[in-house]
Order: sequence, then structure tokens, then C-alpha cells
Amino acid sequence: MPPLLTMRGIVKQFPGVRALDGVDLDVEAGEVHCLLGQNGAGKSTLIKVLAGAHRPDEGEVTWSGAPVVFATPQAADTAGIATIYQELDLVPGLSVAENVVLGHEPSRLGFTRPRDAEDVARALLRRLGHPEIPPRRELGRLSAAGQQVVSMARALARDARLIVMDEPSAVLDPEEVQNLFRVIRELTAEGVAVVYISHRLEEIREIGDRVTVLKDGRTVARNLPARETPTADVIRLMTGRSIEYAFPPRAAEPLGDEVLAVEGLGRTGEFAGVSFTVRAGEIIGLAGLVGSGRSEIIETVYGARKATAGSVRVRGKQLRAGSVPAAVRAGMGLCPEERKSQGLLMGEPVYRNVSLPALTRFARGGFLGRDSDLDAAGAVTAQLDVRPADATRPVRTLSGGNQQKVVLARWLLQGCRVLLLDEPTRGVDVGARSEIYALIRKLAADGVAIVLVSSEVPEVLGLADTVLVVREGRVVHTAPSAELDEGRVLDLVMESVSPMGTRDDGV
Amino acid sequence: MTVSDAQADSQAGPDRVALDKGGALDKGAVPAADERIRVERAARAAEPNGSQLSRLLDSGAGRNLGLVAVLVLLGIVGVLSADTFLTTSNLLTILTQASIIGVITVGVTFVIIGGGIDLSVGKVMALSSVWATTVATQSYGPVVMIFCALAVGMGAGLVNGLLIAYGRIVPFIVTLAMLISAQGLAEQISGRRSQIVTDRVIAGIANTRFLGIPLLIYIFAVVVIVGWVVLNRTTFGRRTFAIGGNPEAARLAGLDVRRHTILLYVVSGLCCGVAAIMIASLTTTGSSTHGTLYELDAIAAVIIGGTLLSGGRGTLVGSILGVLVFTTITNLFILNNLATEVQNIAKGAIIVIAVLVQARARRTSAAS
Repeated sequence: MPPLLTMRGIVKQFPGVRALDGVDLDVEAGEVHCLLGQNGAGKSTLIKVLAGAHRPDEGEVTWSGAPVVFATPQAADTAGIATIYQELDLVPGLSVAENVVLGHEPSRLGFTRPRDAEDVARALLRRLGHPEIPPRRELGRLSAAGQQVVSMARALARDARLIVMDEPSAVLDPEEVQNLFRVIRELTAEGVAVVYISHRLEEIREIGDRVTVLKDGRTVARNLPARETPTADVIRLMTGRSIEYAFPPRAAEPLGDEVLAVEGLGRTGEFAGVSFTVRAGEIIGLAGLVGSGRSEIIETVYGARKATAGSVRVRGKQLRAGSVPAAVRAGMGLCPEERKSQGLLMGEPVYRNVSLPALTRFARGGFLGRDSDLDAAGAVTAQLDVRPADATRPVRTLSGGNQQKVVLARWLLQGCRVLLLDEPTRGVDVGARSEIYALIRKLAADGVAIVLVSSEVPEVLGLADTVLVVREGRVVHTAPSAELDEGRVLDLVMESVSPMGTRDDGV
Repeated sequence: MTVSDAQADSQAGPDRVALDKGGALDKGAVPAADERIRVERAARAAEPNGSQLSRLLDSGAGRNLGLVAVLVLLGIVGVLSADTFLTTSNLLTILTQASIIGVITVGVTFVIIGGGIDLSVGKVMALSSVWATTVATQSYGPVVMIFCALAVGMGAGLVNGLLIAYGRIVPFIVTLAMLISAQGLAEQISGRRSQIVTDRVIAGIANTRFLGIPLLIYIFAVVVIVGWVVLNRTTFGRRTFAIGGNPEAARLAGLDVRRHTILLYVVSGLCCGVAAIMIASLTTTGSSTHGTLYELDAIAAVIIGGTLLSGGRGTLVGSILGVLVFTTITNLFILNNLATEVQNIAKGAIIVIAVLVQARARRTSAAS
């Protein structure tokens, strides 16, 4: 039997850049094929070619043994290829059932038949192991995980034989990831093929069958066994060099004075009674699941949400609740969780993103010279090795890791004393990750007080001096990171969360 | 090296960039921070004229090249169709007619780049003109009249801004409500009558000329220049782009988004106040019927000037060129005794064509 899909020598040229420069990919029916590569390696372009959104300039695609050209997304859809993008392309204002049948609504004489649509949706959701999602519920009211399930139901409604998933786990907590894996296993058991894209190597070990690695628009390794290939080999293939996925050592310098003091901080309905202090040079880590309240806590410390109880002091001075400008004046900075929507002006040049909070420093009586902030901002981005080095490029043209460095550069230029980092390595490739770790360490060594939030427990343990475990809006455990290990933190983080599978008992 | 080569290089990998542009730099060596900037600068400066042309096209003036072309085209049509078109007096007439709506457009450009919209400008101007020309206000003399017009405009803008920033009502609704109530208040104050400007200083503004050019055109020019400087050379302007482009990112970067939003509407109101003095002088009346549909003319000019209606991107020069295009069309129709119905059809077509052309240009530049 021929493979379900083969792609050979795919080339895609955009003005000024060769996004794909000879990519090969083989996918068999019933397998989970993992696609690995750093940001900018060409993964997104490849799946757009596969989905019919881009036409390749060169190369051959064979589908079920016959050569094909997917000229439009509809052609790929008809052939049985469904893509679940990172930003889900669902309509939040429609119901679950309407989203499942979107574009192919069951109808008679032009009138839609909502009952039939609901039956289709209900059957598919049951097949996906989520019968608890009501077909009539407005989609926007579901969690990210629930929306992803609906997205998969939509793919199945079209009888997809190949489902492409672009970083599906990025928005899920560990339990939801396990649910996703169960669904994927059921799909592949029925002969559906899955192309799975993720930055997390451990997930690929767990769910993947074979791995294809992309680098700089080329396939550098094809059909590696997902479980047996050593991690070091995979990283070497992705980055072209071998790096230790390791955290830089702690600085030997003793900690300085207390800089940030949070006392009894709370916000009705979100979290309560949060107290901690951070000294100059110290890194405090907040570990917790998505929805545990960890992001809400640091956004409230920063004043982006208004505290309903407690106080935040920077070097003894109490900050006005709910005022970001007050926090920034006191020397705080936040690298927010959603880099694109909360952190950056995507269309503006790098230097203007960097100088935004520090702008008055470059102005005289409110007047700025022509790009008078370019040199100072450019010096900081160069110091952080932001690539490409031209600080006048729009931020949108940079990779995820470099965009994160731009946000960090902003607070470096501002000269902040307290840095709040919310998921600083989300969507950042392995190489840039180590650079960001080293940078965080260096900032601490320079005397900045740092609060770090991350879903990745090894990251918190590897960087933080002290770890606070957050669960359901409360700090349930505080300990030096040296006294904790990954298993212990995971236990604490999940303690009262119901075990896997119980959700299915309802309905 | 062509532009696309340079871009391909910088995206192909940092090592190659250093190698190509630094020349002597070793592939393995990481150049010092300032050295790298210097090299990039030198590389950019060394690029031949082709890329300078493309940079010019990408700059504010360049992006408006299309509008300049339209203006030239209109000029040619004018010269061919009416022999009075290219006379000094006719050109000054065009500029005088453009001056009032032009001043209003400056304010609207600020609001739209800042991510808002202001539908109330025409009637706020009418209200200002009425309030400044009541018998009582006129009795205090020209300084008080001017102060009154500016204060009423800024006050209306302040109310708009407060309701939008703190009341969290969308700008479209707030300013629509302001349009309606400003009209009502203007009618109530004036008793639906045109109030004659008896003050000689105010009435004389429109008749005054320096070096043969009407004072109204000077006022227009000063407002545009001040507006340009504020938008492009001050922290206020830079923050306006930031808040319009991504308000949440601007807020988390420490900007006071609410205060800034209020100030944007106050700026728009201030421009209405200035325009109110100008129209009161030009027509020698203050009237609630002034400025009808000015908001749509101003928004149309801003849009064909290339400013994104969603905010964060735009140029003041483009907006002013937009005003001049519309005013010139009106002038051509009058000179050729054509009906205003046809004129409006032409204006509508120009808006659509301008937006289509810009969308295409943006796609091309985004793809590179």
C-alpha cells in the first residue's frame, strides 16, 4: 500500500525569502507523524502548502498514490486534509454544532436543519470522548481545550483522513494534553493520520510514531523513530549544533535587600491571601496549572488588574492598586503571557517597541528628535543578540524567540528593578530558550528581583531560588527549589484536580 | 545588491549577514554590539539608489505618491476643461475652501490613528460657532469669542473622551450622541437663527490677506504644521500610534491609555473650536446649520490619505492631500457647471478606488 501522503522537494518562494527550499515528508495512514523545527524553519509554510493555502513553486505531492495539486483550501478539504491551526479558526458567536458543520450545513431546500447539525455534532463529540460538551452551547463560552475538541470534530465531520495539528498543546494544561493524546490515539486506531507539531520533545516521545525535522526550509532528517531517537540528536538536527538543554549556574553573589513585598494580595473570585517577598538578585517562581491564578497574581502585582485586598510595596513604598504607570514608575516591568496581543506593537519597528516605556527619557519637553531613541534601543537589542540586528525592522518579521527578547530589551532599557515574567519561553525554540534562560540569570546577577511564572516545571525549578506552588487561587506550598523535584511539584500542583477520565462519567 | 537580495540575506541567517556585510568579519566571531549596528548602518547607507527610491516610497510622503498623482491628474483635467482653473485666485479659493474642513481633519486624524473615531466634529464646530457669536459673548470682544469657541470645542471633546475612557462606551456611539446633542444645543442657544457676527475683528479674519494670501490659509497651514510636529516628533504622537496599534500592549508597557484617549478627543475638539472661528468669520454668522456632514468629509479624507480606520497607522500629510483632492473635485465641478449629484458619485468612487489601491500596496509590502 502506498503511503497516504508523500511530499518531495517542495519549494516555496516569497519575495525576498525562500521559505521552503526542498522539503520531503512521508505520512502513513494511522500514524502520528511529528514535525519538528525551530521557529522560522518552515513548519507553518509547509502546513499551509498542505492545506492548499499556499501553492508550492516546485515539488511533487502524492496523495493516496496519485499526484495532486491542492490549488485551494477547498481542494485540500475535499481530499480529506484538515488543519487545526494554533489560532483556532472557529466562530465564537456560533454554537458548537454550527461550528462543526460550518460551510457544510445540513439543509433542505436552502433551509438549514439545526437538529441534524446537533445530531452530527453530538455523535462526533461522543466519538472524541467529550460527550459533556453541549452542541447548543455558544462556542466562545468553552475553554481553549473544549474549542480544540470542537475543531477536531469539525475535521472529522469532513471525513478527514489526515489531520494537521499546529502546536495543539500550547494552550492546554497537562491533564488536557493527556485527553488530547487519548483522542489522537483513537483517531489513529481508526486509520486517520495525524501530523503533530510541537516544541515539547517529551510530548513527541509520548504520542509520536515517526519524526521529520526541518531546518532553514529543508528536511534535515526524515522518518526517525519518535521514541528511540536520543534527544541530543534531535536538538542537534534542529539547531545544527549540539547544545545542552541546561540552565546556567546560579550566581555566587549573596542576595541583596528586599525589593518587592506582596502582602495578603487578593482579587475577588480569582485568588486570595498571596504574600511573598523578593530580594535583589532573587528569582521567585510561581508554579501552577493554567487557570490556577498564577497569571492573575502577577498581573495584579503589576497593577494591570486591580487588587481587592492586600498591598504591593517596592522598596518600602506602597503602590497604588490597579495602576500600571505607578508600577512602572516604581521600577517594575512585565513580560506578558501573550506576547503578540499583550506585549508588542507588531507593525512598529523593533526600536519603537523597546523605547515605549522609556520614551520621555529621549524627549526634551515632550519633543523627540528624529528617531532619537534608535541608538539606545538598538544598543540594547544588539546586546541581547536580537536577530536580524536591524532595529528598524517591524517586530512582526521576527521569530518568537527574538520577539521575546524585544520585550525583555524594553525593560532592560527602562532599567527596571523588578521584572515579572509570564511564560517567557512560550513559543520559543530550543536555541533561543537557552539564551533567554542565561539572560534571566544575568539580570538576577545584576541585582534585578525577578518573579517567574511558567507551566513548565523544569523551567521553574531550574531558574528560581524559591518556588511558590499555586493551586485554585492560593499559594499552597513555598520552598527553596533545591528541596523540590519535578514529581513533587506536579503532585502539589494537581493535588485536588480530579483524575483523568472522570469527566466522561457525566451525561 | 538589490533590496530583495539584502532582505534574503538578513533572513537567511545571522552568520551570513555578518559575513556579507562586515566583509572581514570571521564567521564564528560575534561582533560587538555597537560594531554590528555600525555595520548594518553602513550596509544600508551603501545601498544604491534603487533602495533609496523604495525607502522613499515606504516613507510617509512616498506612500501618498498615489494621492499626489491624483491631484496632478485633477489639475490637468482642470487646466483642459476650464481656463480659469490655473489662476492664482482660483487656487487660493480651493485652499480657502479646504482650510476649514482641513483643520477639522487634523483632529480627526489624531483620533483615528489613536484607534478611535469622532463623528461629532461638524456639529461641535457648529455649537462652538453659535456659542461664540451670541450677543452676550460678542459683547466681551474678540478675545473672549475666540476663547469661548476653543473652550466649547475642547469641552465637548473632554466629554467624549471621558465617556469613552471611563464610561467604556464605544467611540462610535459616544460621538454619535455628541453629534446629535451638540446640534440640539446649538439650535436651542441660537433659536434656530443665524447669529450675525458684529465684531469687526472676527468678521475681518476672512478678509485679511498677508502677501496676497488669505489669513484662513495661514491658520490652516499653522494647524497642519503643529499637528505634524506633535504626531511625528513628540512622545504624545508616538504614544498615539502605540495606543491605536495595540491598546493592551501600550497599557502593559506603562502608558496611561485612558488619559491619552481623553487628550485625543480634546485635541479633536480644539480643532473644531479653531474651525468654528474660521467659519464664523467666513460666513459672518454663527449657526447650528454649519458643519453638516463635515464628519463624513473628514473621515473620508483621512481614509483616502492612507490611515487605517482600525488605528495605529497613518499620516497627517495623507489626510491633508485627501482634503485637497475632495476640494479640487468640488472646484472642478463648479467651474464646469456640473451638478453636485455627479460630484458626489465621483467622490464615492474615489474613496473606493483609493482604499483598493492602498490595500493592494499593503499586501505587496507585507509579502516582502
